[in-house]
Amino acid sequence: MKTLNRRNFGVDLGLALAAAILLPATKARADDMDVHIDNFVFQPAELKIKVGTTVTWTNRDDIPHTIVSAGKFRSKTLDTDDKFSFTFTNAGDYKYFCSLHPHMTGMIKVE
Amino acid sequence: MSGHDHGDDGVSRRKVLECMTWAGTGVLWTVTGGVPRSLGIIDSAEAATAAPGMSFLQISDSHVGFDKPANPNALGTLEEAVNKINAMPTKPSFMIHTGDITHLSKAAEFDNAERIISQTKLDVHYVPGEHDLIDEEVKLYRERYGRGTKGHGWYSFDAGGVHFVGLVNVVDLKAGGLGNLGAEQLAWFEDDLRGKSKSTPIVLFAHIPLWTVYPEWGWGTEDGGRALEYVKGFGSVTVLNGHIHQVMQKVEGNVTFHTARSTAFPQPAPGAAPSPGPMKVEDAKLRSMLGVASINFKQNEQRLAIIDTPLQG
Repeated sequence: MKTLNRRNFGVDLGLALAAAILLPATKARADDMDVHIDNFVFQPAELKIKVGTTVTWTNRDDIPHTIVSAGKFRSKTLDTDDKFSFTFTNAGDYKYFCSLHPHMTGMIKVE
Repeated sequence: MSGHDHGDDGVSRRKVLECMTWAGTGVLWTVTGGVPRSLGIIDSAEAATAAPGMSFLQISDSHVGFDKPANPNALGTLEEAVNKINAMPTKPSFMIHTGDITHLSKAAEFDNAERIISQTKLDVHYVPGEHDLIDEEVKLYRERYGRGTKGHGWYSFDAGGVHFVGLVNVVDLKAGGLGNLGAEQLAWFEDDLRGKSKSTPIVLFAHIPLWTVYPEWGWGTEDGGRALEYVKGFGSVTVLNGHIHQVMQKVEGNVTFHTARSTAFPQPAPGAAPSPGPMKVEDAKLRSMLGVASINFKQNEQRLAIIDTPLQG
């Protein structure tokens, strides 16, 4: 178990501040979004995001799934609790589906 | 389901089928004049001796590598299925495996499956399930089972006077769609049947049901109807599938459709759960919901008799 003394806290805070200064606006973590797969369903099925947002999909089923948007992105096969992230740098509508269970579909709208 | 009414009177065929499926008992089906008739619950040994002729086995959905709560040891139940096969009084001519040999297409999973299945000492004819084609380079299935096949792994062969066609419907699936055969495979299939006598019994086998079982869960094949068009003129057609991890049977004209149990884990009846994912049942019940199918063909009989045998019960 890691204990947090004042000195470590100071160092961690210092690094955190440095990171915040070194990474201006390129990665606004607060805006990042999650999509979960539960019971062969993408939740939420449709997501509206701003350009630059990273979306992370997490497979919470006992069965593997994939995230595929034709010509745009394709995940590896995600086993239980595996994740896949994609950063949307262009506006547009991104339809995607699971290539193993194609009745599973979702949509990311990027503005 | 609530079908605990096993009374002899007033039970529809559908009800009987459901009950058989859920009770997990072996049942021999014969068909006269297009109407299936259950000969009642029988012991698999009895069935094997009662109907001599060419027989072969179907196993499916072994999902080697699966270790989740629905069955923490899928390799173990595959081994139990193999022991069951080895104990059969009449040695089948060969076996077909209707896909999802592995859970995640890992080399070790394929190796383990082979190590167990080879203990039957039977020739095994495979078709892939979607779980067998998810390695990074999509090559392990082809390396092991693709020799002599066309396209993504389809092929045909003849045995005991029956023409067998192994089809692949788990590749190039389209968003929002079902299983898919594709134009290239359909053209090959049409050509493969050319010149065959219409009296030749045909067995088609593929992973996902070629008929539409439940589209909401993707249980069907988009262009399966086209394949069935090609076999329309044939007197006896049997379609054997897996994927849905439960027994389902339907007869339409000259075509008998049948799905086999998994050797790994059961899945819910269509619409009976929020998703088609692995169904956790009581440990004591699991083996009654796993099993193999044996298919018997007698010369001059139009229908092939299919006997589903659970691992237990």
